[in-house]
Formats: sequence, C-alpha cells, structure tokens
Amino acid sequence: MKVSNSASLPGNIVLDEIIHARACWDHVVHAGESLRIIDLEGNQAVDFLLYALHDDTERYSAQDTISAQRNIFLRAGTVLMSNEGNPMAQISATSVAYHDTIGGACSCESNTLRYGHHTKAQHACVENFLSSNARHGRGKRDIVSNINWFMNVPVEPDGTLGIVDGISGPGLYVELEMRMDVIAVVSNCPQINNPCNGFNPTPVRVVIAAA
Amino acid sequence: MTNSSTSDPKAARAHARAMAGMRVEAMPTVPASAATDLPIGVAADDMLWDETVGAGGYASKELSRGARLRITDLRADACVSMLVFNAERPIERLNIADTVKVQWKAYLRAGGLLLSDMGRVLMSIMEDEAQTHDTFCGPSNERTNTLAYGEGANWGRFPNARDRLLLGAAKFGLGRKDVHPCVNWFKGVRIEGDGTTMWQGGPFAPMRSVVFRAEMNVIVILANCPHVLDERSEYTVTPARVCAWRGPITPADDAIRNATLESSRAFLNVEEYFRR
Repeated sequence: MKVSNSASLPGNIVLDEIIHARACWDHVVHAGESLRIIDLEGNQAVDFLLYALHDDTERYSAQDTISAQRNIFLRAGTVLMSNEGNPMAQISATSVAYHDTIGGACSCESNTLRYGHHTKAQHACVENFLSSNARHGRGKRDIVSNINWFMNVPVEPDGTLGIVDGISGPGLYVELEMRMDVIAVVSNCPQINNPCNGFNPTPVRVVIAAA
Repeated sequence: MTNSSTSDPKAARAHARAMAGMRVEAMPTVPASAATDLPIGVAADDMLWDETVGAGGYASKELSRGARLRITDLRADACVSMLVFNAERPIERLNIADTVKVQWKAYLRAGGLLLSDMGRVLMSIMEDEAQTHDTFCGPSNERTNTLAYGEGANWGRFPNARDRLLLGAAKFGLGRKDVHPCVNWFKGVRIEGDGTTMWQGGPFAPMRSVVFRAEMNVIVILANCPHVLDERSEYTVTPARVCAWRGPITPADDAIRNATLESSRAFLNVEEYFRR
C-alpha cells in the first residue's frame, strides 16, 4: 500500500473532473490506477459503487468489506472487498477519519418512510445509480449496499444508529488504489432532509492518476 | 449383464421405490400438515411448510401475505442467512441498509421490520427468543470458507452461505446479481464505539426461535452455514427447523404496524401496493 498524505496524486493525471451537485458519474479505473474524490465544500456525501469491469456480477460488497476487516468504518488502509471475497481497491489515503458503508443510498421510496410522502418526488441517490448503470445494461438488481464517502453513521451502545453531522470539511479527500479493473459509479448525493450534505448538496472533484 | 439389484429398469425401479418412508433429519415433511410437534395453537391444516435445514443446507419457499414463519435453532449452533423477495416482482427485495437506517436500529428484535428497497415491509418479527442476530457481516463465501476450512464449494463438505443462497435464489429464476446483502439469524454481531464488530457466537441454549409474519407475498431463501466471523477451526453448524403456517393479514390496529412513524408508513406503502 502506498499511503500518501500529500494532497497531490502520484503518477500522471488521466482525468480531472467536477461532478455537479446532485449528479451521477461513472468511469473505468484500471488496476494500479488511483481515484481521488475531493469534498470541495465540505460534508458532501458521495455514494459509491464498484463493479468488476470484466464481469459485473462481481461488485462491491459492504458486508464482505465489514467482515474482512471486522469493523464497519472505512479508514485509510481499508480493503474494499467484492461479493466474491476478492479485493477490489484499497483506501491508500484519506484526510477524513472514517467513512460509512452501512447507511446505504437514499431513494424516493425510503424517503417516504424516513421523512414522509412529500419527499417522494425529490431526486435521490438510487435515481442516480439507476441513471448511470442503465447506460451500461445494469439495473435495479445491481444496486447493492454502497459506500458513502464523507458520511457519518455512528452506532450507539443501545443500537441506535443514524446519519449525523459530518466530520469532513472543505478540501478533504479520499484516495483509492484499484486492485482490479473496475467501473466506479458515483451519486453525488442530492439529499436535503438529513445532515449528510449539510442540507446543501455541493460539487465534488474526481481525479484519476495512472499507476 | 450383472446380477446387481439395479441391472435392469424394473429392478432399478424396485430399488428406488424400496426407499419409500425413509427418514433423515434434514428433510421436509410433505404434506406439511403431517408435521408433528406443531407450533402451539396451529392447526395441522394451516401448516404450509415444515422442513429441517441441515448443517450447510439451504431451503426456499414462497409464502403468502399473512403467513407466519418460525425458524428454530434446534441444537444451539444454527446460523441462518436469509434473503427475502417480493414474490410477485422479485426485483423488489430485502434492503439491509434501508432496514437499519429507516428504523434507526442496528439490531433486529421482536417488533422489527425487514424492509424492501421500495419502501415497504416484506416481513415483520413477531417473536424473538434469540436476540443475537447480524445485519452487518453477511454470508460466508467460497473464499472465506476455503481460508477457514480448506474448501467451500457447494459440492464439498463445507458449503458457504453465499453459494447456498445463490442456489435457493436460482430455483426462482434469480441469479448471482440477486444475492444481495443478507441478514444472519441466531449468530449475532454487535458494533463497538470504534466500529469494531463483536461476534456473538454463544454458547446459546438450544431451541431458540424467531417468528416472522409475511407482510407481502414473499420468497424466502435460507442458508444454514457457519457465520463468517466464526473462529472455531471446525465447520460448526447445527440444523434449523423451519415451520410456516397460514395467518391473517396484519390489521390496521396492529401494534408492530403502529409502533413508530416509520413502521406505519412502511405498512401504508404495503397497503397501497395491494390496493387493486
């Protein structure tokens, strides 16, 4: 693992883009390449899935990642595991203490349970995941428990859990080094009913660097 | 030409038919109404399913809205991984993240709901004698079983939960993409303040059971394999008994339905789905 604390990625930059607030994004990232996601304005949840490029029935698995490291929080050094138990990527650096993988993606349907039916027409991360994946022949059955970069979901001793105020800030980042060729799919979370985006969805920056 | 008892079709037929009436532990009772030791208060004619799922085994069943499902850890080392689908449209399925997030609860107990990815409740938990369950760690897979026991394939001695769930799902036309995050019953995981997973592996008392109510028409897939965090060197898992019986659809004044704002909305969404 190359753990880098510097703000600059090693290797040649092959992509440097802004993902608009509320938007989806996907891109192929090859084994050995690094993907950095930068929380430009702070406390912006970035919902995230990975699919193996050559067989997308293999994909990121929150449960396999948790059981492999025996911890629910994603930190520097965490290996992101697939549903087949294979390493897909490793967090090579992050300037945020931990990230979430138990809270899942917001959806129009779960919003009706959490906030009421007046939120059903609001844009949501599952809508973004569906939009991105549908362009590659994937659909709803491909949407599994995801990662929420920059989102804070503590579990209290009595079992109460919830999305609470974030611990990220402007310019903080997470960097992944890929262990296999993948398609990374992002929903820059549009949620406005809980503090995951500070009630104000903002853009994030994605940078891919060659090995 | 041999003189074996299966050397011609008629002899082979007789040989096969001679197995009639054989009993093993891991098998279904067919018809379910012939089951013995019925759940208290359940009439034989209302029984829908009675099956013992052996160590490393799996089973699947379609249940109608209102049906009750009881899973019993017969000898204290069952670990039953479960997937649930809407039987009418299996594209709707158990969503573990929504299940814990919407209920603001890490640990499923009596009164808890199994929520779908469509904002509806697939099943609710009516009774829970175990209180040691796991929504975080998911199924074992062939790789983890190979590391733990030397092998993990469906055809071997130490089948893994993920591939057992896959076979159960495949019987309903579902595939690898449909084996989503699952819930594990009887073997528990608690989360420490720093995020560490603490395995609750026992020893437990035998005969602990969990009773569910189907709130939609569902497909239930069960696999009974050692928990992925089980650190015992032997492949340790014991049989689970599964019973299901007919029951009434949840009424509007049901205590589980009305326990919280979120639960009542999940039931409202189910009732709206069935408004046809």
